[in-house]
Amino acid sequence: MTYIRSTFRHPAFPKNDLGYTVDYYEGSLSTLCAGCGHDSINAAIVEACWQLNIEPHKVAKLSGIGCSSKSPAYFLSNSHGFNSVHGRMPSVATGANLANRDLIYFGVSGDGDTASIGMGQFVHVVRRNLNMVYLVMNNGCYGLTKGQDSATADVGSKSKAGSVNLFEAIDLASLAIELGATFVGQSFSGDKEQLIPLMKAAMSHKGFAFLNVISPCVTFNNNAGSTKSYDYVREHVEVTGTMDFVPYEKEITTTYEAGDVSDITMHDGSEIRLHKLQKDWDPQDRFSAINAMQRAKQKGEILTGLLYINEDSSDLHSMINTSETPLNAISKDILCPGSDALGKLNSSLR
Amino acid sequence: MSVNDFVVRFANVNGTGSASANALFTKAVFRMGVPVTPKNIFPSNIQGLPTWYEVRVSEKGYLGRREGVDLIIAVNPQSMKKDYADVRAGGYFLYDSSKPLPPGYDRTDITHIGIPLMALCNAEFIDARQRQLFKNIVYIGALSALLDIEFAVLEGQIGEQFKGKEKLIEPNIKALNIGVDYCKENFDCPLDIRVERRDLLGDKILFGGNSACGLGAVYAGATVAAWYPITPSTSVVDAFAKYAAKFRVDAETGKNNYAIVQAEDELAAIGMVMGACWNGARSFTATSGPGVSLMNEFLGLGYFAEVPAVLIDVQRTGPSTGMPTRTQQSDILLAAYASHGDTKHPLLFPASPKECFEMTVDAFDLTERLQTPVIIMTDLDLGMNDHISDALVWDDKREYDRGKYLTSEELDRISTATLMSAVSKISLRTNGSAKDEMSVVMAELDGQANSDHAPSQPLEQFKGKYGRYLDVDDDGIPYRTIPGTHATHGAFVTRGSSRDEYAVYTEDGDAYRRNVDRLSRKWDTAKELVPQPEFFRGTPPYEGGVAAASADGVVLSACDGVIYFGTSSYAAEEALEFLAAEDIHLDAMRARGFPFGQAFRDFVDAHERIFVIEQNRDAQFRSLMMIELGTDSAKLISVLNYDGMPITADNIVRQIRTSFTK
Repeated sequence: MTYIRSTFRHPAFPKNDLGYTVDYYEGSLSTLCAGCGHDSINAAIVEACWQLNIEPHKVAKLSGIGCSSKSPAYFLSNSHGFNSVHGRMPSVATGANLANRDLIYFGVSGDGDTASIGMGQFVHVVRRNLNMVYLVMNNGCYGLTKGQDSATADVGSKSKAGSVNLFEAIDLASLAIELGATFVGQSFSGDKEQLIPLMKAAMSHKGFAFLNVISPCVTFNNNAGSTKSYDYVREHVEVTGTMDFVPYEKEITTTYEAGDVSDITMHDGSEIRLHKLQKDWDPQDRFSAINAMQRAKQKGEILTGLLYINEDSSDLHSMINTSETPLNAISKDILCPGSDALGKLNSSLR
Repeated sequence: MSVNDFVVRFANVNGTGSASANALFTKAVFRMGVPVTPKNIFPSNIQGLPTWYEVRVSEKGYLGRREGVDLIIAVNPQSMKKDYADVRAGGYFLYDSSKPLPPGYDRTDITHIGIPLMALCNAEFIDARQRQLFKNIVYIGALSALLDIEFAVLEGQIGEQFKGKEKLIEPNIKALNIGVDYCKENFDCPLDIRVERRDLLGDKILFGGNSACGLGAVYAGATVAAWYPITPSTSVVDAFAKYAAKFRVDAETGKNNYAIVQAEDELAAIGMVMGACWNGARSFTATSGPGVSLMNEFLGLGYFAEVPAVLIDVQRTGPSTGMPTRTQQSDILLAAYASHGDTKHPLLFPASPKECFEMTVDAFDLTERLQTPVIIMTDLDLGMNDHISDALVWDDKREYDRGKYLTSEELDRISTATLMSAVSKISLRTNGSAKDEMSVVMAELDGQANSDHAPSQPLEQFKGKYGRYLDVDDDGIPYRTIPGTHATHGAFVTRGSSRDEYAVYTEDGDAYRRNVDRLSRKWDTAKELVPQPEFFRGTPPYEGGVAAASADGVVLSACDGVIYFGTSSYAAEEALEFLAAEDIHLDAMRARGFPFGQAFRDFVDAHERIFVIEQNRDAQFRSLMMIELGTDSAKLISVLNYDGMPITADNIVRQIRTSFTK
């Protein structure tokens, strides 16, 4: 972490369509360790929101407990945040989303927060297809309590202290697809080029968008023998392809060689332009997504990129038929049945 | 001869359709203008185990449970032996005489009434399920003759019940008549105990506490309900769903102006409530003791992070799973201090369906006013039984108290205030006109302020910078902002970790202490905001009992006092009358809210000895008084009941009387 942030901003800093420079999307100074993967992810969130022309106050940031869950303080200082309790961010996000369907809900969690204490709430928020981005900053260990293995640590992975993890890892991305998540992406904190368009697509997706981002812990899990160290991850990343996110009504300018490109139209009219590197993999087909992930796993590799997307699903609000007006904005006149109705009710109880 | 004063108990098999037949009986007595109180005594079972429905009829209006049974309808062989023993001397034992009674049923102090229920039904109905269901209706018909219940009243109820399914009316009436005819032919009707029409109920209603809570949540404007099924609270959300479907579906779009989510567990249920309340909706959950245990962590967060939430705790018999279908008031300490650290929560204690309705509405105002979770402490007895209650009342002029939150305009005014203060400093040094102009602008802005939650202090108190946890009004309650309100002002991170007045994370001891001391001031504010106790001088008459005390007149006459709350109130008020007849006169206070305010303390101080009536083993309410008021333990005498059955007046009288024997 650093104690000082430069206040100098170059006058020629580019502005987005809303007239904001990128620093408008920053948060308070990070207190995470220098070199923490999480800070790179936070920077990617800032960049993605700036590029997407998001009004920061229309975003609600939510998290549980842990290093990752401190992150919401480090981006979008003009957004409300809720750093809740360990493993329970999904329920808080669910309630918040039910109260106001018009905000963008950005949940940040870690592998401890999601894959252990929060597993129950995680699987159920996936099932409900809550319209939110759920980002796991996954480093395979508990940083704040000094590096114990987490449930996503690979079997055989060596800790800093030299102990070898005996237990099978929980593969959150596969699990999310299995549970019916409608957008699943996997990435690496060191791959900003992939992370930013992936994040933009996740934020534009209507429904549950899950991002599992391998984010090495420089202090407790960056040693030789760890399968979540920077070196190991860099060597074992296998990308599904490169992608561009093209917001609604923007011109598609990226060019790829013919035959490799497929466009996916998002709910809001935006496009994901995908340049596939994997054969026999179709991101709109769950089976092929799971197959591709399993094959990569077999080879000891981490498949990254957009893994699966289903743009035709119903989110929680559609399923339970809530009003288009946010529930927190409906007036008493509409909510309260009044004294006449109560009089009739009294009569029916005599 | 006992007119309008007896107890009838129905002994049935769970899952055989007896509940609706038995309810028919209660409603008939109610419609004859006579006070009546039914209690479901049911097992934690879906089908097959014994279940009882006990109805007390009381001309004097005693609505607590009474000991002893005057008439038992014993149609469950499994429990018959015990049911037989429970009949009071001089009482009646009604049984199905299709088969002869086994040996041993030979009491001479009671009257045996054998009706061949099964044989009568088999003769009249062909369908096996009908035979079973109508057996229940036949004994209701029998009671109509035996207890002199007006047949037309029952007929009317059948008509209402099967409106739209008219085909069912005729066989039901037939079944009633089978019972009536058999009794008139074979017994002297009516019996010594019977019902006689009165006009004692005015416009009162017959309603359950859980239904009243669910309805209250609709009236209070709750839009998000998250819950996990648990007896005896499940019917709170069922009622909310029913009334919301009736009143909250937009006629044009067909869309719901509410959301109900069955959560994966209680932890998630309360988490959803916190998320919704944080985001400016009114939201609640209902649970029972085991659920409150699970919700502790979030309740602590709600207290410290100052997030509103309404929790309805329908208490049941603990500890652990306890007796899930029996009543108790045993979550008092759990709820008051739920979670780790210095945590405490306001509690409301309703004692009737009307109060369930009103206090649910009040709870939503309180939780937003205080920005802290508020817990409604009802119980199985109140929640799952019908009770005679005053009619529900709603004042259309009542506005929701959304507490202190800042609108976008108000956040602008806070920054305008900075501007003005800067301008005024400059203008003081010049000719003053700029300041005058800014004052006019500020006055205009004040005039535009949204008045239904207008801050009680000028926004200048913020000195130009919004602070989420600044105590600008000196009542411990800060101003919150709702996500999405303003582009550049008012955003902050809500967290369970310590922070300063501007919501910035800090581990500075002074800042931590300032914050928790402010929470203490807020707690003091809560003392006078929660529902205040009711006081009775001497004996409270049932009808039109007048609270003898006002804020300045709490000191009552007798030297000993009684404190009770919630469903103990029925039996307690009846017991006070019994005791008065024995020349034991006690002042009484019905507690309605926690934390305890000045009036509560004055009552405690004004009496030498105080009997604290409650339905748990460890005298939890008494402990609460000792902890919060520092009351001398020797002064507080416990009157307890914790067998899972609602407390009776007889029990209270027995326990209090021992303190007066010389």
